[in-house]
Amino acid sequence: MPLKILYFAGLREAIGSGAEHLALPAEVSTAAALRDYLAQLDAAHGALLTTKNLRVAVNQKMVGMDAMVAEGDEVAFFPPVTGG
Amino acid sequence: MEVSVQEANFDVGVEIAALTENDPDAGAVASFVGLVRGGEVAAMTLEHYPGMTELALADIVSSARARWALRAVRVIHRVGKLLPGEQIVFVGVSSGHRGAAFSACEFIMDYLKTQAPFWKKEETTAGGRWVDARETDDLAACRWQGNET
Repeated sequence: MPLKILYFAGLREAIGSGAEHLALPAEVSTAAALRDYLAQLDAAHGALLTTKNLRVAVNQKMVGMDAMVAEGDEVAFFPPVTGG
Repeated sequence: MEVSVQEANFDVGVEIAALTENDPDAGAVASFVGLVRGGEVAAMTLEHYPGMTELALADIVSSARARWALRAVRVIHRVGKLLPGEQIVFVGVSSGHRGAAFSACEFIMDYLKTQAPFWKKEETTAGGRWVDARETDDLAACRWQGNET
């Protein structure tokens, strides 16, 4: 099962896509490692490293960047939330 | 249903009345309504994370219920394009006495601001811009930690 990766708000616009699928790279086990892996794919994905206070949710729960990611997980990256 | 994420507007009077319908033990209702500010903003678009948004809001309501003796709770958050003056968010809480209702209403809004995955994009005469998160919102949510009421 590939990872489902989601982007929201300004990050989605910068990357030019809201969702993508990716086979879990062998060297990736945490959200931070996934962020770094994605960021080097191309210039647009570099926004993952330049977004201030980037947040991550694994399987729809907000977690720290040290959270583990596994095959089949839904991982979302986004800027700090601004609802209300 | 305690939590709704919707494009449609809501009727504050109807929502408040529903909080105490057939509940003779409710002695207090507190509510909050958030609106789109005008000024240089011509319109606002609210994006969210379908699925997680509902889970996050339900989680916030559960935390409030664990903390205070609440009767009914209702949270409505709108998404999509909204114009200045339009209603964005409704939080309503009923309880036996006013203290719990006041506190829980504010608690739910404070956590919604920092934990629920919504993002605002403002349209101005200078173009579109994503709203930056405010540090004061984080501080508002933090003050509930380690504080029993």
